[in-house]
Amino acid sequence: MKKCQNYFKTILYASSVNESYSRIIVSAFASQLDPTVEEIADIKTAVSEAVTNCIVHAYKNETDEKKKKIYIEASYDTDGIFTVSVKDRGCGIPDIKKAMEPLFTTDAANERSGMGFSIMESFTDKLHVTSREGVGTKVTMSKRLKPKKQLFGGNN
Amino acid sequence: MDLTVWNEKDKLFLRLSGEIDHHAVKDTRKEVDDLIAKNRPKTLIMDLSSIDFMDSSGLGFVLGRLRKMNDIKGNMLILNPAKRAEEMLKMAGADKLVKIMRSDDHSA
Ligand SMILES: Nc1ncnc2c1ncn2[C@@H]1O[C@H](COP(=O)(O)OP(=O)(O)OP(=O)(O)O)[C@@H](O)[C@H]1O
Ligand SMILES: [Mg+2]
Repeated sequence: MKKCQNYFKTILYASSVNESYSRIIVSAFASQLDPTVEEIADIKTAVSEAVTNCIVHAYKNETDEKKKKIYIEASYDTDGIFTVSVKDRGCGIPDIKKAMEPLFTTDAANERSGMGFSIMESFTDKLHVTSREGVGTKVTMSKRLKPKKQLFGGNN
Repeated sequence: MDLTVWNEKDKLFLRLSGEIDHHAVKDTRKEVDDLIAKNRPKTLIMDLSSIDFMDSSGLGFVLGRLRKMNDIKGNMLILNPAKRAEEMLKMAGADKLVKIMRSDDHSA
């Protein structure tokens, strides 16, 4: 039976300087499963999409800088399934199904092309989005890497 | 991300290197658009061989510059894109809008 083997959580300021930082911490954590260079690049890209969406969409009308927070959680289980979630307490998405369609964007003016969700979908095995208007959005992605039974001895 | 620029007659070369994400694009977009406005090149050549990371913001940047070149009736070429960058361009169908060239490809 699969069991959570390791996890981390972090909160970071929703500022574009943290885009690269967020990719690095999540991919460094995933590296414990010995992924291939391609798998690491997939994870970095998917995380970058989710985090950038928080910064450019979720908090676009937020004036209180203290409220601009991104919540990241990552874990992997004994089957080698790696999961990462990126959450915000921003404006929310009124129609998730529509938002996830390729090329759908509400921000073409800023040269967005509406490819973020499609990229997250194609670079991970599973993508799940929950959102409520005025409450926030949570994007959860998982990807099978490699089971690492020997990584930790016993039950710690 | 680092930007290297050089001019040759009616061509403007841009070499982008490092990570091209939303943060990088924010600083570079205006710089590049000012160069396009000033030089009004016939051809913009964007060398993406040294890109180590590119996401949808990078894609938006490339397509945005293509639009700028179309506006001034010029054209654009992408030179030697790194593997992941090329994958990203193809995923968005951008390879159908902008010509991708390899410097070892003498037929091009
Ligand atoms: N965290 C979020 N909070 C609020 N709205 C969001 C969030 N994430 C996505 N959206 C909405 O969903 C749309 C589609 O997102 P997606 O990432 O696919 O494309 P984009 O961000 O518009 O463009 P690109 O990712 O190509 O730069 C966005 O335009 C936005 O309206
Ligand atoms: Mg996006």
